[in-house]
Amino acid sequence: MTELGFEGALAPRGLATAPPRRRAKGRPVWEEPPTKAGQFGKGTVIAVVLAVVIVPLYCVVLTSLSTQGAINRAGGLVLVPHGLTFDAYRQVFENSTVTRALEVTFGITIVGTAISMVVSVLCAYGLSRHRSFAHRTILMTLIVTMFVSGGLIPTFIVVSELGGYDQYWALILPSSVSVFNILVLRSFFAGTAIDLIDAARLDGAGEWRILWSVVLPTSRAVTAVITLFYAVGYWNTFFGAMLYMPADQQKWPIQYVLYQYVNLGMTMPGVANSGYGGIHQQSSPLSLSMAVVVLTVLPIVIVYPFVQKHFAKGMLTGAIKG
Amino acid sequence: MAAITTGGAGPERANALASGAGHTGGLTADPSAPPGVDLSPGAALESGFRPAPRRRMTWRVRLRRDKTLLLMTLPAIVLVIIFNYLPMFGVITSFEFYDPLVGVLHSQFIGLDNFRQLFGDPLFWKAVVNTLEISAVQLILYFPIPIVLALLLNTVVSNKVRAFVSAVVYLPHFFSWVLVVSIFLQMLGGAGLLNTFLIHHHITPWNVMTDPSTFKLLVTSQAVWKEAGWGLIVFLAALAAIDPTLYEAAAADGAGRWRRMWHITLPGMKGVIILMLVLRLGNALTVGFEQMLIQRDAVGHESADVLDTFAFYYGIGTNNYGYGAAAGLFKSVISLVLIYGANRLAHAFGEDGLYRK
Repeated sequence: MTELGFEGALAPRGLATAPPRRRAKGRPVWEEPPTKAGQFGKGTVIAVVLAVVIVPLYCVVLTSLSTQGAINRAGGLVLVPHGLTFDAYRQVFENSTVTRALEVTFGITIVGTAISMVVSVLCAYGLSRHRSFAHRTILMTLIVTMFVSGGLIPTFIVVSELGGYDQYWALILPSSVSVFNILVLRSFFAGTAIDLIDAARLDGAGEWRILWSVVLPTSRAVTAVITLFYAVGYWNTFFGAMLYMPADQQKWPIQYVLYQYVNLGMTMPGVANSGYGGIHQQSSPLSLSMAVVVLTVLPIVIVYPFVQKHFAKGMLTGAIKG
Repeated sequence: MAAITTGGAGPERANALASGAGHTGGLTADPSAPPGVDLSPGAALESGFRPAPRRRMTWRVRLRRDKTLLLMTLPAIVLVIIFNYLPMFGVITSFEFYDPLVGVLHSQFIGLDNFRQLFGDPLFWKAVVNTLEISAVQLILYFPIPIVLALLLNTVVSNKVRAFVSAVVYLPHFFSWVLVVSIFLQMLGGAGLLNTFLIHHHITPWNVMTDPSTFKLLVTSQAVWKEAGWGLIVFLAALAAIDPTLYEAAAADGAGRWRRMWHITLPGMKGVIILMLVLRLGNALTVGFEQMLIQRDAVGHESADVLDTFAFYYGIGTNNYGYGAAAGLFKSVISLVLIYGANRLAHAFGEDGLYRK
């Protein structure tokens, strides 16, 4: 929510796209040297902050890799590695509910992100050319939706009456356009490479050609960030499934399955009676649910480092300065 | 920005004209001559040597010139109209006894009955109070944390350390609420790390996840864990935008570390801080819908029901759609008032807020 309004604040006056000021290496000469106590305090705070984020994630990953013996010994989440195994993952991947949910979620994420990016990039470019016809009216039409909304139930009714119940598109289309993302893209498109665009136009390039061969290649960083925003949004789809497909397990995305297993404590199919006479050591439901947690985080953690470097550099610095 | 647009306006406009002429030229004149080539010298002359006088174009010409651009915005407009504007008209359901079988247009109109029932419903007022209380706790406990963290991190000299810490803290922003609550459940829940430790040391266990009395603190700490990184990035960017020569000049004048923070850093961040504050106030009625939804069963509706979940459970959950829509409309209207009020506040501080005066 905050992001929407935040950009709304900046959008009407347009975002500057000046490159962020690079900080000089090292401590400037005029600055007084740090005190020992200050250094220590700072270090402690930073270490604690890092631990608060990292330790829970570490525990979850470790528990998902632990044997039942190790989990019993720890009495719950495992902090110290002791007896590692991939059994939990093997079982999770034999579990058709989880694999199906992963398929569904990957599908929704790929299709949804593609739709969102095409629609947003086109719209952002269409609105980014200076003094084009009606661009102000269209912009206002979009921005209004950031502050005024019909609310949960009217949206639900509209989607249902359009036949969205039990349909995948009900998870994609209602949230496919983020005005915030369009405004960010627009401000970059408007700011970048006016000379290049003019040159291309003189060479006879049309708008499609300019967008594809001039504007997009020069704004890779911001498109990468926006793609990540959309993709994460679709990957985290949860409430849509609760609204539109609560009964059909075959269509549940992974977040909804995770909710069922971990938060509601639903037992995983196949776990309850697989304890009889198996040769393999039985994985506990805890390691199983932690494995599902890890699978839910994994795609985000894998993609994150590649896009993360663009955040501070491009978009937010530009946005703030605007 | 202003400099760029005014500087760019002349040539760009001229070229737009040129390209418009190029289109028509391509259609009427002989197609063998490539339109771009024969036009370019003229266009270059125009953009280079004709500074100010602007010919007024009729809207027809501009429409024809920009028809491709308009076409490009069409898919987004269609989607926004269907999924954002149609629901706005759908709020008439809050004056109806909505029947899904006959649809919005043919449902029975019952006037203000839904609102009368709503304002007499103690559960609704409980949800309003919960929403405001959670918002207030978040404003006091959560809002300052990213600012303090940004100030602290900004004094770290090493670029690598700064980038690493903000990357790690920003990561949970991309996790879903289901995931965040799952992780908290494993840390603080009945069988979680905290209670395992307490039981191991023979201390009475405390299931934080199901304790209604501390629920507001719990949801605030979850919000901090998930979103503090986002605030951190925003405030760090604001700090990076402060001109370093100001610090140097102040240091040369004998201002110490704390005086520099007070007289340069904080005024430099003021705009962004007020902007974030305005947003927080304007969104006071929106407190983590999914977050509450997921944890409602564990702590009970008494403490976990906020306006959004109220609309969901008593609207969709009981098929009393008009009733839920009424609660939603109440929230939307109050939110608009709050946004407006918060902006007035920002203007009073001499800042832009969400929009300019």
